[in-house]
Amino acid sequence: MPRPFRLCFLALMASVSACSDSPWNNPYPDTESDSNIYYDSFSEQPRHLDPISSYSSNEYVFIGQIYEPPLQYHFLKRPYELIPLTATKVPEPDYVDKEGRALTGDAEAGEVFRVRYRITIQPGILYQPHPAFARNATGDYLYHHLSAAYVQTVHTLEDFAVVGTRELTASDYVYQIKRMAHPRVHSPVAGLMGKYILGLEELATRLANEYSVQAPDKSTFIDLREYEMEGARAIDKYTFEITLQEKYPQFLYWLTMSFFAPMPWEADYFYAQPGMSDRNISLDWFPVGTGPFMLTENNPNRRMVLQRNPNFRGEPFPTEGDSGDSESGLLVDAGLPMPFIDTAMFSLEKEAIPAWNKFLQGYYETSGIVSDSFDQAVQFNAQGEAQLTSEMQDKGISLLTAVTSSTFYMGFNMLDDTVGGDSERARLLRRAISIVMDYEEFISIFSNGRGVPAQGPIPPGIFGYVAGEAGINPYVYAWDNGKAKRRSVAEAQTLMTAAGYPAGREPQSGQPLVLNLDTPAAGPGSKAIFDWLRKQFAKLGINLVIRATDYNRFQEKMLKGTAQIFQWGWNADYPDPENFFFLLYGANSKVDNNGENAANYKNEEFDQLFNQMKNMTNRQQRQKLIDQMVEIVRYDAPWLWGYHPVGFSLHHSWYRNAKPNLMANNTLKYIRIQPLLRKEMRARWNQPVWWPVGVLFILIIAAMIPAIIAYRKRERSPVL
Amino acid sequence: MIAYIFRRILYALPILIGVNIITFVLFFVVNTPDDMARMNLGQKRVTQEAIQKWKTERGYDKPLLWNSNTGGAGKLTDTIFYRNSVKLFVFDFGRSDSGRDISYDISQRMWPSLAITVPGLLLGLLAYITFGLILAFFRATYVDIAGVVICVIMMSISGLFYIIGGQYLIGKFLHLVPISGYDIGPEAFKFVVLPVLVGLIGSIGASTRWYRTIFLEEMNRDYVRTARAKGIPEQQVLFRHVLMNGMIPILTGVVVLLPTLFIGSLVMESFFAIPGLGSYTIDAINMQDFAIVRSMVFLGSVLYIIGLILTDISYTLVDPRVRLE
Repeated sequence: MPRPFRLCFLALMASVSACSDSPWNNPYPDTESDSNIYYDSFSEQPRHLDPISSYSSNEYVFIGQIYEPPLQYHFLKRPYELIPLTATKVPEPDYVDKEGRALTGDAEAGEVFRVRYRITIQPGILYQPHPAFARNATGDYLYHHLSAAYVQTVHTLEDFAVVGTRELTASDYVYQIKRMAHPRVHSPVAGLMGKYILGLEELATRLANEYSVQAPDKSTFIDLREYEMEGARAIDKYTFEITLQEKYPQFLYWLTMSFFAPMPWEADYFYAQPGMSDRNISLDWFPVGTGPFMLTENNPNRRMVLQRNPNFRGEPFPTEGDSGDSESGLLVDAGLPMPFIDTAMFSLEKEAIPAWNKFLQGYYETSGIVSDSFDQAVQFNAQGEAQLTSEMQDKGISLLTAVTSSTFYMGFNMLDDTVGGDSERARLLRRAISIVMDYEEFISIFSNGRGVPAQGPIPPGIFGYVAGEAGINPYVYAWDNGKAKRRSVAEAQTLMTAAGYPAGREPQSGQPLVLNLDTPAAGPGSKAIFDWLRKQFAKLGINLVIRATDYNRFQEKMLKGTAQIFQWGWNADYPDPENFFFLLYGANSKVDNNGENAANYKNEEFDQLFNQMKNMTNRQQRQKLIDQMVEIVRYDAPWLWGYHPVGFSLHHSWYRNAKPNLMANNTLKYIRIQPLLRKEMRARWNQPVWWPVGVLFILIIAAMIPAIIAYRKRERSPVL
Repeated sequence: MIAYIFRRILYALPILIGVNIITFVLFFVVNTPDDMARMNLGQKRVTQEAIQKWKTERGYDKPLLWNSNTGGAGKLTDTIFYRNSVKLFVFDFGRSDSGRDISYDISQRMWPSLAITVPGLLLGLLAYITFGLILAFFRATYVDIAGVVICVIMMSISGLFYIIGGQYLIGKFLHLVPISGYDIGPEAFKFVVLPVLVGLIGSIGASTRWYRTIFLEEMNRDYVRTARAKGIPEQQVLFRHVLMNGMIPILTGVVVLLPTLFIGSLVMESFFAIPGLGSYTIDAINMQDFAIVRSMVFLGSVLYIIGLILTDISYTLVDPRVRLE
């Protein structure tokens, strides 16, 4: 490139990248180039970092690394297995009848009066350094009685000069459970847990009465230690007990979630001081936990930074895994203390294209694949298997895929006169539509093949799912040449005739049947999907009217039950079939009880089986009940079962211990980075390209020459 | 002049009240307080009790504009509109629906916005005036025709194209600056280069045409003809006379923009991950955070009114014939 221009540009850039061998487009400081830092992005700002309120995956990315509930999922083993985190072992429930006699685990739900989980935590676990624990020489808390003037001088926790710590105790877990009843804290599971945990609802009522929601000074501290609650109490320093009012085997899964993470009263007291929330200093902004990382920078407008908790005990990497894990190098770090990285830096990327390009440049360690970039990253071979393109392979990028524990379905409102109800006519109509909705095609066109057509409500990997011929939905598929084949349109048309809609026409008017689909999808990107949906219904002669609306109005329609057909999805809380079947349980009807049963499906037999199944452990008897339940809902077809998305994730060659774990939220501690390899690759991939700048400069000069000549000519020409 | 400014400020009050009412009505036509609560509380397992509690805590359980359940002034004052709007007039923006101090957030986020808009404005002025003058100088020649055609083409292309194209060409292909992101201090420079350049190129077509028109108008005036008749070199005619007189509409046009530079750019900040006030507003709309939306709209209105007053004042400074009475 021409020297003068280059010199100018170099001078401009000198202040930021002078004399450095770091690439010019490096978004991070040069000093970090070979540091043990993990780089990732986030697109949505977390709303709540308080573990009692947070219930969103984009928040779990952060608090999952900070807070430690008693249990966790094994990182490598599948199906998902619960293992202790701070607990010494996974607790066994003690069942007791009304007379106080011990019952076995097989006891019927009706016999069980109380269920007790006694949890013992490991001694010696320390909280991260935090000013809430700081004390002076006489043992008094330094920052528990702050004056209003002092609070006015602080904006972040770094403004407190002294930090302290203390040992984790069983009382901290009890304190957190009581916070679910706190009148000024919104816990999304408070309602659910109130039904199970003994005394939680009563405590909530008592607290609500004592402290008005609209108290003038909202910063008043409620010392939950002073309130006894039968269902959650500390036995000794390291042991606590949770008592449930009924049998609920899924409760153990909840013990892996942040709602049951410990909360030190000191932190609650510290943040509740007058003026602190006005300074944006709250538990929602500055978490305090015992986990491997602590949040040292919370700027969701730019970046979130997690740093290694210096007080972390050093949990060992798993020594056992699934078959094949050892061969794929996932046990290389077995037994070594975690975490492996010092810092995790998450940068805000609201748009997918910049995030994707920065991943390709090596500035993010891992990435999903958006539809726009799919063909650049992945191609399918003759066997239909996804594999990386040569461009990705040349960069040493690896691809991991996993069927997610979620489902996207199309539901029928069972309260609707046409598509709903228990009549044979409506059932046949729903089944006919189930056949013609070609989800294989949908997945291929709109999801780049990233999905598995659903045969029922349970996705693969969850207990109760049956693969192969025995697992297909016989009302929609037939088994043909070793695979499921969607039944023909002719069969669907026959069902339509049997339902009283020959050729898709209403018997009274002779006009095509008109059905309405409500969907929150909108915008130009959805038009192709809408056209496709109309085409599917048109196979039966049905005229599909799509009522696209914003999500607010969509939810309103669902609550009122005014939708006819709708599209929705569910992402599992825990790997248990109960967490899918409850979406069809009659008592969870959206219209009647504001529950999660959006189809408002009710079937007495199904409900009875559900009540039996939900309280059982995973064994043959439970599988039998699940098979019966699946058969009932397949027969009734309240949903078109839709599909289970398959997650694709890409990782760079310097990223180690990559294994999809869709249930665990605390996976950052397992990740190992090779910073030197990353630095080398970044330098290789990001060499500045100057020649186009030079060409542009020459073109500008060339364009200026005629103008300069014309100017001089005009200046020299005589005035007329 | 002080009386004039005072009068203008008084005129501004009904405008601001009107803006507030329109913002309020538009927002609550699309979002009900229940929607806002659901958005804040999450999508799963949200009970009606939790929604009611959330609304009560934030005062969204009250009627929107008129409370017929109370008497006297309470009919007007005990409403969501009144409780949310009055404090704005003393610049007390209060807290966002998620509990953050809005004034503090604004004070933090205006700097990244200014880091993009101020260099963009200064470099833009330099480029638009230069190209405008060149085209005016070569009026009715091939240079002028080609320049105008290029300007029309450039102004016909979507701003989004410049953003994505700039990120692809300069960030991804040439590897000269980061594709997106932001940092503080001197490190901010490398993040600011691309958005400023993209903003400059994106607006150069329309602005150059406008400036060319201004200069051409000046060049056809009698004083220019007189200057030429006196034998003054074209260079001096251009820079001493045409440019100086052309600066009057340019300066007044720029002054009105100055206060609004704080607000930033909605699209640019989103694509370049700049944590400014533009992305703050977009996020608030997406999160249905009415407290932030109304604050940003109010702030934008106030700044625009200030810009208009400053424009009037600047007229008196650059044109002695204008007096504010």
